[in-house]
Amino acid sequence: MAFIAKMNSMPTLDASVRSKNFKEVALGYSANVAIEEAKRCLNCKNKPCVTGCPANIDIPGFISHVKNNDFDKAFEVISQSSCLPAVCGRVCPQESQCESKCTMGVKFEPVGIGRLERFVADYHNSKDSDNEQKAKQVQPNGIKIAIIGSGPSGLSCAGDLVREGFEVSIYEALHLPGGVLSYGIPEFRLPKRIIRKEVDALISQGVKLKTNVVIGKTLDIDDLFEMGYKAIYVSTGAGLPKFMNIPGESLKGVYSANEFLTRVNLMKAYKEGSFTPISTGEKTVVVGGGNVAIDAARCAIRLGSKVTVVYRRTEKELPARLEEIEHAKEEGIEFMFLTNPIEIKSDENGFVDSIVCRQMKLSEPDESGRARPVEVAGSEFEIKTHSVIMALGTSPNPLIRKTTKGIKFNMHGGIVVDDNGKTSREGIYAGGDAVTGSATVISALGAGKRVAKAIMESLTK
Amino acid sequence: MKILIEYFDCQKVSGLRGRRMYRIVAKEELNSSVTKIVVEAPLVARKAEPGQFIILRVDDDGERIPLTIADYDREKGTVTIIFQIVGATTNILNQKQVGESIKDFVGPLGKEAETNGYKNVCIVGGGVGCAIALPIAKKFHELGAKVTSIVGFRSKDIVILEEDFKKCSDKLFVLTDDGTYGTKGNVTAPLKDCLDQGEKFDLVITIGPLIMMKFVVLTCKPYGVPVTVSMNPIMIDGTGMCGGCRLTLLQDGERVTKFACVDGPDFNGYEIDFDEAMSRGRMYQEQDRHANTGSCNLFSADKDNKSER
Ligand SMILES: Cc1cc2nc3c(=O)[nH]c(=O)nc-3n(C[C@H](O)[C@H](O)[C@H](O)COP(=O)(O)OP(=O)(O)OC[C@H]3O[C@@H](n4cnc5c(N)ncnc54)[C@H](O)[C@@H]3O)c2cc1C
Ligand SMILES: Cc1cc2nc3c(=O)[nH]c(=O)nc-3n(C[C@H](O)[C@H](O)[C@H](O)COP(=O)(O)OP(=O)(O)OC[C@H]3O[C@@H](n4cnc5c(N)ncnc54)[C@H](O)[C@@H]3O)c2cc1C
Ligand code: FES
Repeated sequence: MAFIAKMNSMPTLDASVRSKNFKEVALGYSANVAIEEAKRCLNCKNKPCVTGCPANIDIPGFISHVKNNDFDKAFEVISQSSCLPAVCGRVCPQESQCESKCTMGVKFEPVGIGRLERFVADYHNSKDSDNEQKAKQVQPNGIKIAIIGSGPSGLSCAGDLVREGFEVSIYEALHLPGGVLSYGIPEFRLPKRIIRKEVDALISQGVKLKTNVVIGKTLDIDDLFEMGYKAIYVSTGAGLPKFMNIPGESLKGVYSANEFLTRVNLMKAYKEGSFTPISTGEKTVVVGGGNVAIDAARCAIRLGSKVTVVYRRTEKELPARLEEIEHAKEEGIEFMFLTNPIEIKSDENGFVDSIVCRQMKLSEPDESGRARPVEVAGSEFEIKTHSVIMALGTSPNPLIRKTTKGIKFNMHGGIVVDDNGKTSREGIYAGGDAVTGSATVISALGAGKRVAKAIMESLTK
Repeated sequence: MKILIEYFDCQKVSGLRGRRMYRIVAKEELNSSVTKIVVEAPLVARKAEPGQFIILRVDDDGERIPLTIADYDREKGTVTIIFQIVGATTNILNQKQVGESIKDFVGPLGKEAETNGYKNVCIVGGGVGCAIALPIAKKFHELGAKVTSIVGFRSKDIVILEEDFKKCSDKLFVLTDDGTYGTKGNVTAPLKDCLDQGEKFDLVITIGPLIMMKFVVLTCKPYGVPVTVSMNPIMIDGTGMCGGCRLTLLQDGERVTKFACVDGPDFNGYEIDFDEAMSRGRMYQEQDRHANTGSCNLFSADKDNKSER
């Protein structure tokens, strides 16, 4: 049998067109291409890909249904393990998860697992499935559970619990659900209608969504217990932006990536006629190399700016998803590696005028195993720019920490939990970025599922 | 708790559409550019304390803007806000009438003003900043502190809340820049007089344009009186997530970054880098000026004091 060495490529909008709008870049496989791609799967007995998936989706299982043209069955298999396949198919770093373990990948390119997942989810979503959802409704058990935060972790936990008959309420601080999926990841990578669809599905199954409630301010955790919730899941994410603490970071034109992306996504600053102001000027420098940095860079270019990403290690170490880096380059974003900012300079009105950087070189690997960048003395140089976006990562939001007694936190502000997501206080669970610091959608989702299971076990015995 | 649960259960929640809205139950024009509205928001009213604020969004696709809680009624479940019409969002808000609703209304946000343990306080408010100062003055009055209020406005026709301040102040100074009402001059003059006459304030709280607060701090400095300033930088989420509201404090010679929405809005006046805050406050100004140019608001005093690029 002949192997098809290469993964079927993903059709995309042309770079010159898309870099001027916010339309989704990757267009998705057609049914024929999906079946072709599925046929590349060897259906290995030991399923190495599954071990690479934080949600343990039965990957060969769903792919074999795709092979047989039975996309509904394929969807069923995926939904046993994941409630957000349309999201994960788009944003998971498959190259370092499932696809990195694919046997095909040893000699050839791995099977396009993420692309197939997305295809199956989109196929399912394109049909009207509301009736089907309703038919599956279960007998309510009357046990009330509160979930704090409506990011992927909270949504997945809610989904699993409501399907078991729990009475689930999600409390969300912002006016929209979705967490980072709504306010962080841009429209061109994850269209907002997809999140809306997933959230609407949960609501039609009985999940109550309460927006505009900041837990720790509007209500606190003790109020929730008093209101009769038997367990609380804290999935508040890691929203606190870090800064470099270099001179000039408070100048006008310096944004945290969160502020910039929130203005663009949540407040729709990109839409014509939007009231939310956003200004990048002709030139933007983005500092960082993760998904957040690449997203900010790609938003800035779409707002009409020239964009340079400066990153202190080399291209090989870039933590962002491979596909996004490629797309970013196609769109004309410039990368400067081994470059580290040391100061931001202003014009006479307090606006950003330039950013001073130093050249770096890689030395011995540090504890994390990544090569440690060190500064090259006397290598300063200046880049003229109108805006600077700091995308240096985020840490868990301190609000819950400051307002809740009895929960232990680690030195990075993450909530300490056991294997089941239990915190040090009875009845309170935690997971997702609130525990790990900024990680991935799928790991947040996996944590939500584990906690759902733990809650079921402890409350329905 | 019962009430709370009922409140939530009657909430019509259906996805992103048709959520419960926050109804306006009363509205009053305080002057031609300052309006007071009372909004049904039982959860916010239940926890609100002086010094805290809310963030609202009038309609879908609207901007999120922060406004201080000027008053609250826990029984009725209402929150009062007083706003100056300065731009797009405050204009749209002002068009809403009693019976109509606001789409989003979240709070109470920020830390409450520290009011415990003070015996003799001075409140210095400027323009619509007086609206923010009023609940704090009231609280001090309730707690039995001696309250001296100094409120300044640009001109007679925009003097607001004089009666309310009278009720909760042991001494009240009303000033206008142009002398059309009260005493002509700056709020710092009566403040300095009080201090010179040996008034021993154990706290001065100032709320208003940055430039005014800066001078209040400078006035108090020689007398060694603690000053709390209420900072109003541009905000989005109000939960410490975006960093847009950041400001710099100078603590023991170190520059420390704080987020006004969660660490404030009140700060030690001696630690604030006012020049930076004033500069940042003008960040979006060119884009924001799409509507009304307003006459006297928290920000316009800064605009007038320094010419822009
Ligand atoms: C720009 C950007 C791009 C990314 N790209 C990718 C990618 O391509 N692939 C990938 O796998 N991961 C990506 N990530 C990471 C991923 O989005 C996160 O790991 C994931 O969203 C974490 O999920 P969560 O549910 O734990 O938290 P979040 O998604 O952060 O959700 C937390 C929610 O809780 C709410 N909340 C917080 N505090 C409170 C409170 N006190 N009361 C009530 N509600 C509260 C917040 O408003 C928020 O809605 C990206 C992140 C960013 C910022
Ligand atoms: C904690 C806090 C409490 C406040 N309390 C009050 C109050 O009780 N009464 C009152 O009248 N005003 C208050 N403000 C100011 C009020 O938020 C702004 O006037 C309002 O956001 C202007 O919106 P706009 O769309 O009408 O005007 P725009 O046209 O957007 O802007 C007009 C001016 O307001 C400033 N501004 C714009 N957006 C914001 C924002 N999100 N945050 C802060 N400033 C902004 C701009 O720099 C500009 O100079 C408060 C601000 C903060 C941060
Ligand atoms: S308003 Fe976003 S961090 Fe304060």
